[in-house]
Amino acid sequence: MLELARVRAGYGTFQALFDVSLEVRAGEAVGVIGPNGAGKTTLMRVASGMIRPTAGTIVMEGVDLVTTPPHRIVALGMAHVPESRRLFAGMTVEENLRMGGFMPAARPKFRQRLDFVYELFPRLRERRHQRAGSMSGGEQQMCAIGRALMSEPRLLLLDEPSAGLAPVIVEMVFDLVKRIRATGVTVLIVEQNVQQVLRVVDRAYLLKAGSIRASGPAAELLASDSIREAYLGV
Amino acid sequence: MGIFDIYLLEALINGVLLGGVLALLSLGLNLIFGVIDVVWICYAELIMLGMYSMYFLYSVYHLPLVAAAVVCIIGVAVLGVLLHVLVIAPLLGAAPINQLLATGGVLFFLQSAATVMFGVEFKNLGMRLPVLKLSGMFISYSRLLAFAFALVGMVLVYLFLTRTYTGTAIRAISQDRQIMVLMGVDSRRIYLITSALGGGLAGLAACLLVLQYDIHPFVGLSFGPITFLICVLGSLGNFGGGFVAAFVFAEIISLGGLYSDLEWGYVLAFAFFIVMMFIRPQGLMTRRS
Repeated sequence: MLELARVRAGYGTFQALFDVSLEVRAGEAVGVIGPNGAGKTTLMRVASGMIRPTAGTIVMEGVDLVTTPPHRIVALGMAHVPESRRLFAGMTVEENLRMGGFMPAARPKFRQRLDFVYELFPRLRERRHQRAGSMSGGEQQMCAIGRALMSEPRLLLLDEPSAGLAPVIVEMVFDLVKRIRATGVTVLIVEQNVQQVLRVVDRAYLLKAGSIRASGPAAELLASDSIREAYLGV
Repeated sequence: MGIFDIYLLEALINGVLLGGVLALLSLGLNLIFGVIDVVWICYAELIMLGMYSMYFLYSVYHLPLVAAAVVCIIGVAVLGVLLHVLVIAPLLGAAPINQLLATGGVLFFLQSAATVMFGVEFKNLGMRLPVLKLSGMFISYSRLLAFAFALVGMVLVYLFLTRTYTGTAIRAISQDRQIMVLMGVDSRRIYLITSALGGGLAGLAACLLVLQYDIHPFVGLSFGPITFLICVLGSLGNFGGGFVAAFVFAEIISLGGLYSDLEWGYVLAFAFFIVMMFIRPQGLMTRRS
């Protein structure tokens, strides 16, 4: 569904990704794990169009994302939940969800999608008129994921969904990811929390200092030494 | 005692009426700054051009007042878009000081162009609207009208910002610009729409001000600085803050002028502003995120 080939990207003179290639097949859940500063967020941003790659190709179902205007990428069926949620703190939960359904194709289905999201997250329905910035970390994460789901994506990008959340909430978030996957959504998750993410994905890539160091089925990767080497350097 | 109450009440009411128009002015400025993050220093000059257009449409070409107002609002909205496309958009990535200098340059350009095209004589719509006498108080009809339409304008903008997708996007972009693209929002389009809205509000303000004041190339100086002060007082970019600050400022002007010359009202208002900048430089409200 999504293919990155030899992608290079960075910020100004700082290069963060070096010839990264990976693919996500339809129906899969794929993880990208790696230590801090590996370039995981850059990878997400270059995939969803927030930043442009300096080299390489990014193709989603035959469409070249590099030449597509960034604001049209969501219409192709990809939604990105940014790291640290990035909710519109001054607006209510429902207004945030409305923004998620901004694209013209999503507007006629707004009520429908809203009900779907509220079913998945009953807590959000309770707090629909509450200021998003005043909610707890876990609730904000639910709202951010809900917002991404409003556009009825076929591919969901999750950037460090566990960041800053208590372990109990993290478990809940990853259970949610399983449920979302069960509705037919393909998922690409970028995470530092190895244990949790390898529980829900089929395959994973290991990213360190901007390059893919290893890849394979989740169980294999968990059993190998590459992770320990990448994270702890030993 | 009875006489003092009447004068006080009249000043209070006039303060509210003035506040309404100032609130409209500050809304336009706050919209542009809140969304595009650039200050239109030449905002008052757009209003000046709007006032001239009202003069030509109504007094020279004899269009009906309402038709002239509609043309004026649309015209200044177009001017706002032109300002954005020609001056602001190329400078979006530039240092803020350069953005300020550019719009400052437009300010002088427009003042000079108006002087050359229209001359320095004061012009007037020539409308003599009645002064109403309500239980001993004198309230100018043009002021009431201006207040009423300013209020209508602000309510319409409020409804637009809260009930429409585009309006919600405008509020969202002022909170987090970077992620707008993830929701399919084309930032450039939002900037154009906001510029048109800011221009349209300036046009509406022009229609209201032209009922009460004379027109000349430097009329922008009468309310431009005040509009900035009000926006800064209410925290630049904060719509609600600007609204409240406008009325606070207007009441100080109105009540300050009650006990002596009218000009003292302005002196007191500016002194208040200076003191507030020492006490709370970020403005009355919380800072725009």
